[in-house]
Amino acid sequence: MITTLGPAQFLLLAQGLAWTLALSAIGFAFGGVGGLFIALCRSSGLRWLEALASFFIEVFRGTPLLLQLFIVYYGVGLLDLSVSPWAAVAIALLLHASAFLGEIWRGSIQAIPPGQTEAASALGIHYATRMRYIILPQALKISVPATIGFLVQLVKGTSLAAIIGFTELSRTGTLLSNITYRPLLIFGIVGLIYFAVCWPLSRLGRTMERRLTPATRT
Amino acid sequence: MGYSFDFGAVIARWPELLEGCLLTLQLSLLAMPITFGIAIGCVFILQLRERISTWLIEGFVELVRNTPFLVQIFFLFFGLPTLGIRLEPDVAAVIALGLNGAAYSIEILRGGVEAISRGQVEAGFALGLHPAQIFRYIILKPALRAVYPSMTSQFIFLMLTSSICSSIAARELTHIGAEIEGETFRSFEVYFTVAVLYLVMSYGLSKLFALIYRMSFAYPLAR
Repeated sequence: MITTLGPAQFLLLAQGLAWTLALSAIGFAFGGVGGLFIALCRSSGLRWLEALASFFIEVFRGTPLLLQLFIVYYGVGLLDLSVSPWAAVAIALLLHASAFLGEIWRGSIQAIPPGQTEAASALGIHYATRMRYIILPQALKISVPATIGFLVQLVKGTSLAAIIGFTELSRTGTLLSNITYRPLLIFGIVGLIYFAVCWPLSRLGRTMERRLTPATRT
Repeated sequence: MGYSFDFGAVIARWPELLEGCLLTLQLSLLAMPITFGIAIGCVFILQLRERISTWLIEGFVELVRNTPFLVQIFFLFFGLPTLGIRLEPDVAAVIALGLNGAAYSIEILRGGVEAISRGQVEAGFALGLHPAQIFRYIILKPALRAVYPSMTSQFIFLMLTSSICSSIAARELTHIGAEIEGETFRSFEVYFTVAVLYLVMSYGLSKLFALIYRMSFAYPLAR
């Protein structure tokens, strides 16, 4: 039976969008914690810890997100834990986000002039306090545009959960396209919904970037 | 944990996996001319600062950059046939990758072009160069040199993105992996191996690009 596009179908799309947003939020929140940890390891000054963190980052940056999802999805399945696809996707996304945010924040931490670290040490301020009150607040400010840029990547990345069979926005689109036989319209609408979420974020990121860079008009 | 890993069953299929790697590289390389052609053309048009064309190009860039590749490729592959344009999976994959890469490359290339100071262009005019010559020698070449690092990492990103083309059954590494998985039921081992292959390819490419940069873009800084 061919269904037409009515309020019921739009409700399905809205539910799909809710799952997309939930996945993005979880990936970003937990990935943020993981990313901070990775960034601190990567800039710790301990050689083995830095090597380990940069290996983690390189692995996630050098493989497709789709394969990361597959590996976590099937890997978790092997552990004899009955985990829903939703949890597997969330774990994969948070690992992915940890690696990318870790790399972004590593850059911002290392962009803070070393003189500040030295001054803090000279004043007898130890590592935790130094990071908490001196380095991280400044690094966080520099990293905002790139972090928002990654958030857009993450929202788009959640669409790959559809390939595993998790019903978020993209998969809702596929299902609707199968029952309405109007793929052009459905994927157009799905694309526009993603656009409505991502575009304001992208613009925000660009505005922040412009605000943070000193005027360079010629 | 009562599972015994069996990578042997996957390793035994190495000729297919190797072919998959080559197909993935081929897919990305075929998308390159589209990406470059569109990007260079659009950046040239943007320099004319004409309102409607600028608006159209910026609209395209924003639209592509703010929607998932999966939806783009579904739109092309499942959507266009309803308009009577039926694409083979491989063709749809190349077009989708090319267009996607173009949107990112326009931004990168534009940044490079706009970093070139106005005075150099004016100097070109003063020397009586044709606008096309100015674009080629004064704008494009130094811009390409400046954007080379971001362009090549963009290409590697494109190569990784091409894994998504497996969802429309385009022939590339992930698709071959899915075929092997279907026959051996060794899902984890297959995808782990495939991921390692992607890692090797992206690592190899980044080394290769760095080498090319050192050989062909060695910039005569000391003058």
